[in-house]
Amino acid sequence: MRNVTLHLTPHPFFLIPEKMFLKLAWRNLWRNKRRTIISISSVLFAVLFASVISSFQKGTWDHMVDNVVRYYLGYAQIHQNGFWDDQSLENSFDPQSVPASLQSEMQLTPRLESFALASSGEVTRGVLVVGIDPEKEDEMTRLKSRLTQGQYLEMNGSTVLVAEGLASLLNLKVADTLILVSQGYQGRNAAGAYPIGGMVKFGAPDLNKQLVIMPLPLARDFYGTGERLTSLAVNLPGRDALPEALQVLNKELPADEFEVMDFKKLMPELIEAQELDTAGAKLILWTLYLLIGFGLFGTILMMTRERTYEFGVLTAIGTKRKTLIGMLWSETLMIGIVGAVLGILISIPIVWYLHVSPIELTGNMAKAYENYGIEPVIKTAFEMGIFLKQAWVISLISCGLAIYPTWYIWNLKPVKAMRE
Amino acid sequence: MSVIEAKNLTKVYNPDTVPVNALQGVDLTIEKGEFTAIVGPSGSGKTTLLNIIGGLDRPSDGVIRVDGEEIANLTDNQLIDFRQKKIGFVFQSYNLIPVLTVAENTEFVMLLQKRPKAERDKRVAELLESVGLSEKKNVRPSQLSGGQQQRVAVARALAPKPAFILADEPTANLDSASASNLLDIMEKLNREEGITFVFSTHDSRVIDRAKRVVTLVDGKIGTDVVQH
Repeated sequence: MRNVTLHLTPHPFFLIPEKMFLKLAWRNLWRNKRRTIISISSVLFAVLFASVISSFQKGTWDHMVDNVVRYYLGYAQIHQNGFWDDQSLENSFDPQSVPASLQSEMQLTPRLESFALASSGEVTRGVLVVGIDPEKEDEMTRLKSRLTQGQYLEMNGSTVLVAEGLASLLNLKVADTLILVSQGYQGRNAAGAYPIGGMVKFGAPDLNKQLVIMPLPLARDFYGTGERLTSLAVNLPGRDALPEALQVLNKELPADEFEVMDFKKLMPELIEAQELDTAGAKLILWTLYLLIGFGLFGTILMMTRERTYEFGVLTAIGTKRKTLIGMLWSETLMIGIVGAVLGILISIPIVWYLHVSPIELTGNMAKAYENYGIEPVIKTAFEMGIFLKQAWVISLISCGLAIYPTWYIWNLKPVKAMRE
Repeated sequence: MSVIEAKNLTKVYNPDTVPVNALQGVDLTIEKGEFTAIVGPSGSGKTTLLNIIGGLDRPSDGVIRVDGEEIANLTDNQLIDFRQKKIGFVFQSYNLIPVLTVAENTEFVMLLQKRPKAERDKRVAELLESVGLSEKKNVRPSQLSGGQQQRVAVARALAPKPAFILADEPTANLDSASASNLLDIMEKLNREEGITFVFSTHDSRVIDRAKRVVTLVDGKIGTDVVQH
C-alpha cells in the first residue's frame, strides 16, 4: 500500500480550522431555531428545577442540623478518650490537661453530665444532671430563652433548673426542693437537696422529661469530681468554621488522652436521616435528568440524521471524520452548556432570595418546629457547588449523548450518504 | 501527462447475492487539460466510474491511478485526505453549506488544508471574480439562484487548486441561461488556466461543448469521441 504524499504551504500554528467549526456548529444550531430553543429551554428548566430543589433540600437540612447542634450538642465536643462509648464519670477529665492556648483560642463550653435518681414525695425518676457554666451555655445554646418560670442560673448559685416535663412528672414547682441521689466519681455516694430556681422547656421530649441543670460548681460538688468535666462543647459561629476548628483540635489535643467528635459523629441518626432524604431527592433529580436526556437525544438524533446528505458531501470534499465529529460534539455541548448556564443564571437570584428571605412556617407546622427548638422557616442553601453540579451533570449527559453522532459519522459512507 | 488512468476497471455490486456488474473492464485515460464528458443512459455505470475516479468508492478489480497515485488500496482516511488535496467536486444539487456565506463556502476546503488567511482571502477573491460573484461574497446560499449556487460550488472545487474537477450532472437542475453561463465559466477556466474537467452527464448542452465524449454502455466503454 502506498501512502499519499502531499505537500502544503507551511502555515502558522495558530491557524486552526477548529475555530471555523465552532462557528459552523453555532450557526448549525440556529438552522432550526424553534427546535434549538425548545431543547435549550428543556435543559434550562431542568437545571433551574434541580438547582432550586437541591438548594431547598440542602438548606432545610442544614438549618435543621444547625438548630439541633446549637440546641445542645455543639458543632464538636471534646471528651476523655472512651467517654462516648461509656458515658460515666470515670471517663471525665481534668480541664487543666487541655492546652491553655486552646482554651484562649476557642470558645469552649464546659459540662459535667451524669445520671441520678430524682425524687419528690413518693415519686422517683431517673434524670440527666448537667452541670454548666450558665453564661457560656447561654451564649452557645440560648438556654435562658427556654426559661418558662423562675430565675436563670448563676455560676455560684445553689438553685437548679428543671425541665418542665420532669417537673410535671414529679409534681414540682419553682421554689420546691428536688432530691437527687446518685453514684459520684470513683464510687462515692452522691446525694443532695436543691431548691428549684426555674423551669425550662425543651421541645425534644427526651430532654424535657429528664433534664436537671445546675451550675458547674454545684454539679462538681454533688458528684465529687473536683475540677473534672465530662465534655467541652466547642462553640463555633457556623459549620463552615468546623473543618479548621477540627484541624486545630486534633493538632493540639493528645490523641491518646482525648477524643474530638464533630456533630456528625455525635448524632449519626440525624445525619443518616439526612442522607436517606438526600438519596430520595437524588432519585427524583436523576429521573428528571433522564427525561431531559431523552429529549436532548431526540434533538441530536434529528440534527444528525437530517444532515446525512450534507455529511456525505462534506466527507466527499475532504472533511475528516474527526472534524465532523468535533462539530457535532460542539453542537451537542452548546445546547447543554447554553441551557445550563441560563438555568444557573436564573436560579441564582431565586435561590439567593429564598436564602435571605426564608419561607416562614405558620400554624401547627411552626409549633412543631418551635417545640424542637428549630426556627420555623424553610430556607435554601446558597452554595455555588449546587449550581456547578448541575452544569457538570448536564455536560456529562451531553457528552454521553454525543456518542451517537460520533458512531454515526464514524460509519458514514459518503456515496451511500449522498444517495439519501 | 495522465491525470486519470483506469485499467480493466471492474465493479460488481452484491457479489455474494445478486451480482450487478456496474463496470466491466473499463480502460480510460484522461490527460491534463481535458474537458471530457462521460455519458450514457441510466444504469450504464457512469456514476460508479465517477465515484471510483473520485475515491468515493473502490473498484472490485483493476487499477485506478489518479495524478500518479494508485488509490484503490488507500484507507478511508487516506482517501479523505486525497480527495481534499487532489480532487474538486461539483455535485448535481449545489451542496453548499447553508450556514456559511459564499466566501466562507469557497474557502472551506482551504480551511481544511489549514492554508494561511492571506492566501485564502486572495484565492477566494480571484475565484469569485472569475465566476462573477464578487458582489455576493457575504450572502448565504439560500439568497442565490440555482445557477449562482452552482458557480459557487465550482469556485469551492477550484479553491485548493486540485488536479482536476469531477462534476456529476452539474447542469441537471439549471435553466438554459444558467447552464450556459456555468459552462462558459468552466470552458474559460479550462481554456485559460488549463484546468481539467470530467463531467458525468446526459445533458446535451454539456455534451455539445465537451472536447471529448466517452459513452458508457452496460458498464463498458462504447465510444470515445474527440470533438472540435
